[in-house]
Amino acid sequence: MARIDLDHIRHAYGARTQKPAQYALKEVHHTFEDGGAYALLGPSGCGKTTLLNIISGLVQSSEGRILFNGRDVTPLSTQERNIAQVFQFPVIYDTMTVYDNLAFPLRNRGVAEREVDRTVREILAMIDLESWTNRKARGLTADQKQKISLGRGLVRADVNAILFDEPLTVIDPHMKWVLRSQLKQLHKRFGYTMVYVTHDQTEALTFADQVVVMFEGEIVQIGTPAELFARPEHTFVGYFIGSPGMNVLPVTLEGGTARIGTNEIQLHTAPTQAPNGTIELGIRPEFVRIGREGMPATVTKVEDVGRHRIVRAKVEGHEVAAILGEDDEIPAEPRMIFDPAGINLYADNWRVETAR
Amino acid sequence: MNKTWNNKAWFMVLPVLLLVALSAVIPLMTVVNYSVQDTFGNNQFFWAGTEWFQEMLTSDRFWAAMGRNLMFSAIVLAIEIPLGIVIALNMPKSGWGVPVCLVSMALPLLIPWNVVGTIWQVFGRVDIGLLGYSLRQIGIDYNYVNDPFDAWVTVIGMDVWHWTSLVVLLCYAGLVSIPDAYYQAAKIDGASRWAVFRYIQLPKMNRVLLIAVLLRFMDSFMIYTEPFVVTGGGPGNATTFLSIDLVKMAVGQFDIGPAAAMSIIYFLIILLMSWVFYTVMTNYDAER
Repeated sequence: MARIDLDHIRHAYGARTQKPAQYALKEVHHTFEDGGAYALLGPSGCGKTTLLNIISGLVQSSEGRILFNGRDVTPLSTQERNIAQVFQFPVIYDTMTVYDNLAFPLRNRGVAEREVDRTVREILAMIDLESWTNRKARGLTADQKQKISLGRGLVRADVNAILFDEPLTVIDPHMKWVLRSQLKQLHKRFGYTMVYVTHDQTEALTFADQVVVMFEGEIVQIGTPAELFARPEHTFVGYFIGSPGMNVLPVTLEGGTARIGTNEIQLHTAPTQAPNGTIELGIRPEFVRIGREGMPATVTKVEDVGRHRIVRAKVEGHEVAAILGEDDEIPAEPRMIFDPAGINLYADNWRVETAR
Repeated sequence: MNKTWNNKAWFMVLPVLLLVALSAVIPLMTVVNYSVQDTFGNNQFFWAGTEWFQEMLTSDRFWAAMGRNLMFSAIVLAIEIPLGIVIALNMPKSGWGVPVCLVSMALPLLIPWNVVGTIWQVFGRVDIGLLGYSLRQIGIDYNYVNDPFDAWVTVIGMDVWHWTSLVVLLCYAGLVSIPDAYYQAAKIDGASRWAVFRYIQLPKMNRVLLIAVLLRFMDSFMIYTEPFVVTGGGPGNATTFLSIDLVKMAVGQFDIGPAAAMSIIYFLIILLMSWVFYTVMTNYDAER
């Protein structure tokens, strides 16, 4: 196990370039602590897989260094870095048996056959494929194949880190849940450093202690699930996490008061310094109240999602979503209040610090 | 259940029946017809039964040609399949090298067979041919006209030059269909170059290799044009393959009966061997 330091990593595919827009990764400077469970969360094409491949050495970053436990591993090959990685789509060696598939990474490294047997049987029990031990891996379902890929990632005990690249995409929902809790258990038991790439917020939030949110080749926020929910550092984090995502409305600011059109919203505290650029107000649907007081709103749609209802409304021409209890009623002339506790201010998409 | 019976529908299959009849059934039956009869010209035919078959199967000439054919196919397969795989493995996967390699690989395949024969016939000549003359100059006693071994080397060299590309292109198609993730996973698993070949590349090429072996076997077993142009079956009978012998017999000596019997035996052997190859390779595939 190792602490992984990413030292000013930048990466551009193809020719070296000076234009920042052509970088798949724009400067990542971050430390994955030894034994931590991290999730890299972000939309497709945000650079999370690139970052993972740079850590494992499948991709050489254009700039920057990588250190494992303080040792510079940037020039080392994937083999020398001793990393396990599980890919999005199952990779199995289909001429081998299930057993040999799992033994392959160990045998390649010259592990004694007795030790191989012990470890492989343990992993087989964990991924619940004991009855398939001596079957050729060819005829398996996608689920089972991915379990083998996962198993191959877990079979080596001495790896520096285990990287997962959306490993549960092809697995059915129930099995997803089972495997995820097994991974979590493993993490608790052995204290592997784990980095888990996903675009599924539920997966990220349940798996990781620390979620790293990426957007357009940058890390926009690192935090616990609670922090990401309460204080999104970037409007993107607000949109991306939560269902539905955060409402973001353009406002004008006058000291401790924000204005949307003719409506005034009292803030808890004023920003520590007056921000420049486009000012926006972000509020999660959970903090929007609908009643007979506040700003006039027009309800455009009500979605019943079971435990609660999502109300889509318009305030001064801007879309606002609100979450309403199953039995709460919507008045004939609805009005809206933003709970000051849930308000964040943004200048050019980045959160403005307020004295709290 | 009520079915509408309309026998006019049979007319729909008439065109294909006609085509198959003209292209396959009638010519084949003509050969069968010749193989059981004897003729002394003037379109007079006499029933001969299985006489020609017996004669063929007991003739040294037939078995000698057959032996040469089998040896030729075996050598050609043993060289072209591994060589094709090696070349395909070393071809670039992307960039400007890909079209360059593909076009230069495809070139020999586009040359008409008798032109291939002519090229090598001239290439190997000791007086004006680049290959023959150069070999002579560096002190190698090479002459495909007189020496049976040299004739074989020339014919095999020609076939390898002509057809290895086919194996390369088929293998290359198999190789480029392997997703990158496989190579990445192999790196993570610490697989050696040999392990990558043995467990990733070879299994993925399996199907195309089956096609390559079948095609190369059938084509090499039926080879006619190129050795006919280069050596004419000589020196002596050293490069007289079944097809060359067949033409000598049917056209040169006008022994239609024995030639027809030989054609049928020849055809059955190719059918049998192809079936054996196919069964062995598909069974091997299904077992896993």
